[in-house]
Amino acid sequence: MNSNEAPLRTYLARKGWDGVTLLVVPAAALGIILFAYPCVYGLILSFTPKTGGIFASYAAFFKDPFLYQTMFKTLWIALPVTLFNLVISLPSALCVRLARRQRLLTTILVLPITLGTVLVAEGLLDYLGPEGWVNRVLLVLGIISVPMRLVHNYWGVFLSLVVTGFPFAFLLTLSYLSGLDRGLEKAASTLGAGPARRFLHIILPLILPGLAVTFCLCFVDAFSVFPSAVLLGAPAGATRVISIAAYNAAFEQFNYSLGSAIAILMGLVQLAIVSAVLAARRIIYNGPLTSGKG
Amino acid sequence: MEKLAVGSRIWTTAIWTFLCFMVVNILGLIGTVVVNSFGTHWFDSWLPAGFTIRWYHAAWSEFQLTDLVTTTVEIVAAVVVISIVIGVPAAYAIARRDFVGKKIVLLLFILPLLIPPITYGIPLATVLYRSGLGGTMNGVIVANLVPSVPFVILMMIPFIEQIDPRVEAAARVFGAGTTRLLLYVLTPMLAPGILAAVLLTLVRTMSMFELSFLTSGPTSQTLVVALYYSVFAAGVRAGQSIDAMAVVYTVSTLVWVLLALRFINPAQIVGRAKT
Repeated sequence: MNSNEAPLRTYLARKGWDGVTLLVVPAAALGIILFAYPCVYGLILSFTPKTGGIFASYAAFFKDPFLYQTMFKTLWIALPVTLFNLVISLPSALCVRLARRQRLLTTILVLPITLGTVLVAEGLLDYLGPEGWVNRVLLVLGIISVPMRLVHNYWGVFLSLVVTGFPFAFLLTLSYLSGLDRGLEKAASTLGAGPARRFLHIILPLILPGLAVTFCLCFVDAFSVFPSAVLLGAPAGATRVISIAAYNAAFEQFNYSLGSAIAILMGLVQLAIVSAVLAARRIIYNGPLTSGKG
Repeated sequence: MEKLAVGSRIWTTAIWTFLCFMVVNILGLIGTVVVNSFGTHWFDSWLPAGFTIRWYHAAWSEFQLTDLVTTTVEIVAAVVVISIVIGVPAAYAIARRDFVGKKIVLLLFILPLLIPPITYGIPLATVLYRSGLGGTMNGVIVANLVPSVPFVILMMIPFIEQIDPRVEAAARVFGAGTTRLLLYVLTPMLAPGILAAVLLTLVRTMSMFELSFLTSGPTSQTLVVALYYSVFAAGVRAGQSIDAMAVVYTVSTLVWVLLALRFINPAQIVGRAKT
């Protein structure tokens, strides 16, 4: 061992960098090369278009209604779906956490998430189609007289995002709820609080941070919808979402600069909504960031 | 008090009805695919006119399923093995050491799980195409490592924290180095956690559409990407034959999901990165 190495080693060890810590290096290197570097590269690429000034790609996006409208179309799908999934998963999770046999239900609900959006889209195409079981049941029940158009439009994408998004929101909410101390509710109950008051004053404040995180994860997922918007929606019209525009620019028109610019704008919108939700959470709720085992 | 009980019972019934409705729809949409893949001719009726398995023969040759399955298995196996080999030691370092820069390293691992793949997949695919990896099997493997290595790390940290550090101290006293400690002491103790991580990484890679789609070429498609292309070009081939392929994909994914569910809670599958 040479004399220069020893002090450096003790210095690093004092900072927590010893032989064991080095085990993190391969994974960190992978993260830097394959995640951080492409992100930075994409950012630079978006400011270096083939023609025009540094903002030309962004200008191209905001000048062309066919492009900038994708952002609003995506929001118009993602926000309602996220709210819907969250609003129904909270009471559902509240109900189910008391049930003894949740395993079968959670197993079935986890299927659409694990099978992925492509399979869900393929299934829904037949299932919701004019000859599918849904329209057939509605016709037999006399609710409708002609088959409803549920695919190749806004509702096809909306429903596919409910099928994959609701289980996701539900299982996350359920795991937050099961982390709550049941003693708190029992105490409130002993003191005379009814179900509504127990919910409003005990449960809600405790899981609000968890709900905010759930909202963010669900929104980010819904905002980056891609395969089902193409297969189940109208990819040239109502469901031309921002990820289609980004893909189209980068890999069909080979305008990598514009593609990267759209991907970055997509990330920025997600970041903006997520920060807004987390900031709102901080205003409403002041306390430890995670509740229970969270 | 009586009134309240009735009210909450209606409430509970309504919610269970809704949940059953969701379950029926999920089973219905999977059922449609399965039934259609076995049907001879399905039009204007509740069930197909007759049942056959010829669509599976058709799908097998039309989609060159042998090649597709081989490619998928190779890609998934490579991703799982590399993720475990890189991820578990990294998780060990993070669980056991406090070092300068730990927060930044953790952020580097959490972000790929929080940001949807299509957002970072576009710049990533651009970089891979520029470096010549795009469109190859190695490119697909490399792209899939981006979310799966952090996934293994974040999943293994709690498993490692549960192990008593004194066990490791004892091994060190008897002269085991870090490599031997990892191989002979920690790996056996972590076996259940590693098994769960293997299964979940496998399932996630099988069903990872976006990254495989963006980086794969004609010879490096996974099952889910080929399924997307065939649905996208629906009309070129019989719907039943596409559904037959969808069933092959579903079955080959579900086996691992159900196996994984024996070891872990369904909620853990979605708990990607609870921060």
